[in-house]
Amino acid sequence: MNAIEARDLTKAFGAFVAVDHISFAVAQGEIFGFLGANGAGKTTAMRMLCGLSKPSAGSATVAGFDVGRKSEKVKASIGYMSQKFSLYEDLTVAENIRLYAGIYGLGERRIAEKTDELLSRLDFEGERGTFVRDLPLGWRQKLAFSVSIVHEPKVVFLDEPTGGVDPATRRRFWELIYQAADRGITAFVTTHYMDEAEYCARVSIMVDGRIAALDAPSAIKRSLGAASMDEAFHAIVRDASRGGD
Amino acid sequence: MISAKELRKSYGKAEALRGVGFEVGHGELFGIIGPDGAGKTTLFRVLATLILADSGTASVDGLDVVADYEEIRKRIGYMPGRFSLYQDLTVQENLEFFATVFDVDVDTNYGLISDIYERLAPFKNRRAGALSGGMKQKLALSCALIHKPTVLFLDEPTTGVDPVSRKEFWEMLKRLKAAGVTILVSTPYMDEAALCDRVALMQGGRFLDIDTPAGIVANYRHELWAIRARRMSSLLGDLRAQPETLSCFAFGDAHHLAAKPGALSPESLVRRLESLGHEDVSVERLQPGIEDCFLDLSATDGGTR
Repeated sequence: MNAIEARDLTKAFGAFVAVDHISFAVAQGEIFGFLGANGAGKTTAMRMLCGLSKPSAGSATVAGFDVGRKSEKVKASIGYMSQKFSLYEDLTVAENIRLYAGIYGLGERRIAEKTDELLSRLDFEGERGTFVRDLPLGWRQKLAFSVSIVHEPKVVFLDEPTGGVDPATRRRFWELIYQAADRGITAFVTTHYMDEAEYCARVSIMVDGRIAALDAPSAIKRSLGAASMDEAFHAIVRDASRGGD
Repeated sequence: MISAKELRKSYGKAEALRGVGFEVGHGELFGIIGPDGAGKTTLFRVLATLILADSGTASVDGLDVVADYEEIRKRIGYMPGRFSLYQDLTVQENLEFFATVFDVDVDTNYGLISDIYERLAPFKNRRAGALSGGMKQKLALSCALIHKPTVLFLDEPTTGVDPVSRKEFWEMLKRLKAAGVTILVSTPYMDEAALCDRVALMQGGRFLDIDTPAGIVANYRHELWAIRARRMSSLLGDLRAQPETLSCFAFGDAHHLAAKPGALSPESLVRRLESLGHEDVSVERLQPGIEDCFLDLSATDGGTR
């Protein structure tokens, strides 16, 4: 079964078609890059896939559930992390884990187990009682990601998870994504760093509400004769008519 | 045009600036490259006379940031990292407001912003809050320039902006530089360093290095190799375990491995990787980029965790 399937997924706001009949499938355990210029429709598409917004036409399933009709089931089967919203700064590390695990429906005993497991995997045992606001940014990002998959979801949505992070931490963060994918969690990632697009098994590039390219990064580069994903991205997005976000 | 010596600034226990010093010449496009939390915004706020440093001195256009703050404010343009305009005013009203504050009219210096502002002209009656990200950025830049400043401070103008709009923005900066404006710009995107005359790499409240982009790359101390194989994820761990490896990081479609000059023999490494089960292994020498240099300097500095 595919982790994500979209068929002619569409969202219109009045006369403006933000997402225009996009179709794609993402396999279980795949790392999928969802790229596009600002304003291309990525956020709107992602909101539909997370069950936060109903499609105007077409359909999509995430973890086997229809995003329009079974949005609550979808929400329980996914994780979500963005750079902008993640953890509560005035709660401790352990309190944040407890809060999110509780929201995701884990029982007391399971929360205790997962807290120990997560802290040991991140080598964070000494930080259990530390306020999140006192953690270095790179640690927060790693914790935020781990918390977003504390309930072992089928799919995790990562919305520009590495914006502003230093180069070393950005790379360690991707190593965590790889580890999650090895455990079978599908990662659906947006990013403005084109080198990160290369870490994805496949990427799609949205232009003006449609998917203009969808393939492995190496195949996209080859088909355009581009030396890097940055070059390929510019070639595909150059003719976009919708500017800004 | 800008001079800073031993600037220090702490917020409680957090040291935002730990002894920053540099000089920027007239008409120079100087970049401060560093991640969130490096201290970039604090440095801008000290130079723009919005906060006082705990110690150290700084001057802008020959004027002291403490004694002459009023005069400095007339001469600089400052575009903060967060969108700074009035959301409820229209595009045109924002521009007129900023012109009035600086006691000029919009026409006087319009030549400086014409090619930026003309792209906004179709939306001049739209409220600023309803603009797209790329357009907000162009309006904020226009407002920071309307009084024809001699020095322009741009704090992360391209953060969160897509690669195509970022490129456009740097084209605009190039034209401003040609018009004689001195520009200090910060960015978390390492690839933008190449577009500056000189850059400072910043982390943990300090400059790791100040040089031209070419100079920073030329000072790279190790030999850098690009290594590819079919299974890139397990390749990374195997490369880190090799004796000649100083550091190894994923870089797009290849892993970049730093080794002591002369320490790595490609044939030997390929053989060892193949014996570990890797297929289609390729090992090539590589010229370092700014990001390679940043990774190396920040590791030596002990700044990253």
